[in-house]
Amino acid sequence: MTSVEFRKDIFADERDDTLKEIGKPTIRQDILGHVTGRTRYFDDHLFDGLLHMRAVRSPHHHARIRRIDTDAAGRMPGVRRVVTARDVPVNLNTLLSLINFGRDDEPLCAHDKVRYLGETVAWIIADTERQARDAVAAVRVEYELLPHVLDVEEALKPGAPVVNEVYPNNTFDYHDKYDHQKLRFGDVNAGFARADHIVEAEYQMSPIEQAPIETCGAIAAPEQNGRFVCHTNTQALFFSLGTTAKLLNIASSRLHFIGGTAGGGFGGKVDSIVEPTAVLGAMLTGKPVKFAWDRYEEMQVGAPRGGERWRIKDGVMRDGRIVARQFTGFFDSGAYMRLSPYAIIKGTGHLPGPYSIPNVSSNVYCVVTNRTPATAMRGFGITAVDFSIECHMDRVAEVVGMNPIDLRILNAYRDGDMKAHRRRAKNTALIECCQVAAGKADWAISPDSAAASSLRGGGVGERGEIPETVTDDEGRVGERRAGRTADTAPATRGTGRIAAGQASAAVGAVPVQNPDMEIEVERIGHRIAAAQGAPAAAPRATAPGTATPPRADTPAYAPPPAYAPPPAAPPASAAPPPPGSYQPDQPFSRGVNRPGTSRFLSGTRRR
Amino acid sequence: MAIHKGRGFACINYPIGMNLGGDPAQALVHSTPDGKFMVALSAIDLGQGMKSVTRQIASETLGVPVEDVYVDTADSDTGPHDMGSFASRGTHRVGNAVIRASAEARKQMMEAAAEELEVNAADLDTDGKGNIHVKGAPSRSITVADTAMAAQFKQGRTLSGRGIFLIPPSEADAETGEMTPVTCFAHAALVIDLEVDDETGEVTVTQINSAYEVGRALNPRLVEQQLIGGAWMGVSHALYETTEPYYPDRSHGPTDFNTYLMPGPGQIVPHHIAVLERPAEDAPFGGKGPGEMCANPVLPAIANAIYNAVGVRCDRLPITPEKVLRGLQANGGAKPQGLR
Repeated sequence: MTSVEFRKDIFADERDDTLKEIGKPTIRQDILGHVTGRTRYFDDHLFDGLLHMRAVRSPHHHARIRRIDTDAAGRMPGVRRVVTARDVPVNLNTLLSLINFGRDDEPLCAHDKVRYLGETVAWIIADTERQARDAVAAVRVEYELLPHVLDVEEALKPGAPVVNEVYPNNTFDYHDKYDHQKLRFGDVNAGFARADHIVEAEYQMSPIEQAPIETCGAIAAPEQNGRFVCHTNTQALFFSLGTTAKLLNIASSRLHFIGGTAGGGFGGKVDSIVEPTAVLGAMLTGKPVKFAWDRYEEMQVGAPRGGERWRIKDGVMRDGRIVARQFTGFFDSGAYMRLSPYAIIKGTGHLPGPYSIPNVSSNVYCVVTNRTPATAMRGFGITAVDFSIECHMDRVAEVVGMNPIDLRILNAYRDGDMKAHRRRAKNTALIECCQVAAGKADWAISPDSAAASSLRGGGVGERGEIPETVTDDEGRVGERRAGRTADTAPATRGTGRIAAGQASAAVGAVPVQNPDMEIEVERIGHRIAAAQGAPAAAPRATAPGTATPPRADTPAYAPPPAYAPPPAAPPASAAPPPPGSYQPDQPFSRGVNRPGTSRFLSGTRRR
Repeated sequence: MAIHKGRGFACINYPIGMNLGGDPAQALVHSTPDGKFMVALSAIDLGQGMKSVTRQIASETLGVPVEDVYVDTADSDTGPHDMGSFASRGTHRVGNAVIRASAEARKQMMEAAAEELEVNAADLDTDGKGNIHVKGAPSRSITVADTAMAAQFKQGRTLSGRGIFLIPPSEADAETGEMTPVTCFAHAALVIDLEVDDETGEVTVTQINSAYEVGRALNPRLVEQQLIGGAWMGVSHALYETTEPYYPDRSHGPTDFNTYLMPGPGQIVPHHIAVLERPAEDAPFGGKGPGEMCANPVLPAIANAIYNAVGVRCDRLPITPEKVLRGLQANGGAKPQGLR
């Protein structure tokens, strides 16, 4: 049904295939535990007297909280503690504040108003989960309904309700200047003017759920010496630890986070909501506390991959060359920012897809709506734009009457091409992937396509140059809300020009702090340039205001040398390597069902 | 009323690591008294094989058998800082940190062995089977275990290493979007074959042929697992999944796996995969992360195949039978675009 072949014949001269362990199908260190049910997940850490915490959630998209009455809930059987926003020491955060990105905009618990359906307004801590759920139902909250907005483009209109006062224009403010992230490379409008065809379309992706088998959760307990242990399934241990330290205003040294094994993540376990909540519960009660989402919360309250809308406009020549491509994108961030503004910069750096296009522009908006905040998911910032670009490529192929694979190979980026974010492409392999996939599917491609290579023809002439670029200052923060800007697409008229060839230095990895930490070059298994992280393009300062930069500013691309010494006779065979030689020391016996023991009871649960 | 066959194509590239850098990963490696190596991390194994791939990287770099390496992650009291398992950064960032930590530990190990063998450390090599020998003279050797014992109890030397890997944070330009987003990219291209039922609007993917370029398949089985799982996820995203079926309207949101639709294990599409390996210069042994990127090309290839089958452009995800039927209705029936 399924087959896998390793095409060792392709790029063979760039690899040393004689490594000892790398490339072997070694069995996973943790797999026996997983398949026998013995691996310890966060929920397998049982504590005597474990308390259960559940959230009271908003039934409205947008409402002011007038009053919270917890008296009846507090008197319910088993209830140990009612927790509200007042109990959270620092009740405002943004996830990326740990890397100084964005403004604090999200409370752990709503206090003045709720901004999305399902937002936390209080918690109950009780002896059992059942008791906690019953008490949650007994909390009475008086709301004053506010108008809400759910569509990204509605939210940009001057009269739209303000969702989050930290971002009063319903957009993230990029660089404290614009209500969107710009990309400007060349002159798209001139490109459209000389194109034979214009192809336009709009694409949309609905929110989806990461859907891990194990929902987000954490168990926190007081340790000795004023510390708290937290067993968690976070995807980012120190993000969760740092966020908890900030929200609860305690030294990070008082937190002991243990995780490392998650029952699926796919991006949905980065947000660090359950960890500070569980530790807060442990702090307030002095007892071990579990806080975990049920499936409903995972699907409707836990952050999904957010909705995105993209519009693409291409200028295409009769022969299939794309000469201009313009994007207008909208990310639905939901009520708070979390990671969406960052993903937009990632998405912008990805444009115009893996193609060499001389004129590219883009405006992408991070829009606040009255919706569950969005977060990361497999392919974050890229999945929807790739969907849009690749559907669009087929539209273009139809308009010019070309085989869609030939169209892609014709426009594919190659080593040495200049990308729209002003860095040179290297280590490219799109063409080879297209050729191999077409071959496997018996989808005929043209002789030119079959002969193309990522290694040849890149960086030549226009392909390797940064064009003179038209800029504009449309979409300054607040303009749209004031009714002075309506169009969301990149401006049709420029207000400035940047001379050709302008780029600052590329950024590469920091070198090792001690030469002993550098693996010997001959053991790396592939070729490596002498100076990693060396500037790929000339510094911006060298040619300000010059219409045509000196040739020396953008050195002609020279392909890197082949790996030397070449591997001894790389196998041309397409067959995967033989199975590994892993043999456990002892026959595996721990999974055997012992008499009198439930097979569903793991060793860690028995007490 | 008929079943229409369609074929669609898509290709993509994918950035590896956190955009604009600024996402360090650290690793610590030390040997036990008898020459087994412990790798302490704070990376998370989500099922993708983080523990295994870092274990293999440590084994290769140290030059010791993989069975003699154990990865311990993630305990904030013992594991050094790591940003987390996201943005396809695990293999690239953590893998590089593990290489650096293991390289330093290897350096100590070779010096300890050199002292025992009374030779220059530069003349020694490992055989990957637990021995250290003089290059060109395999009989003059010492085991890693004896080396570790001597280092610990005779020489007073630790066989340990620390590693960090960081691409320093940089900015995107406000006016032009100029930036250094990442330093390496993975690639994929894929052909979808499917059938569309013009009576029910149902789409059945029948076959996938694909090529994925992953830098280097550090563990071919883990790569295979990612590519098959990722294709499944792509099919599911394209045709079934959403938390808001009438987005931006919030009604009819699914709340469990009865109403949140996904294909089951029995519906995994037959998939013929080719793996290409063009090592990335700054990636561990050239390996890029295959995990995130492999779902992406499936979505547009399915939409393109549906158009090929019945002439309906499906520009809104997910492509439910309702959307296909409404498209057919608007077009006045199926308009097959021709065999490919």
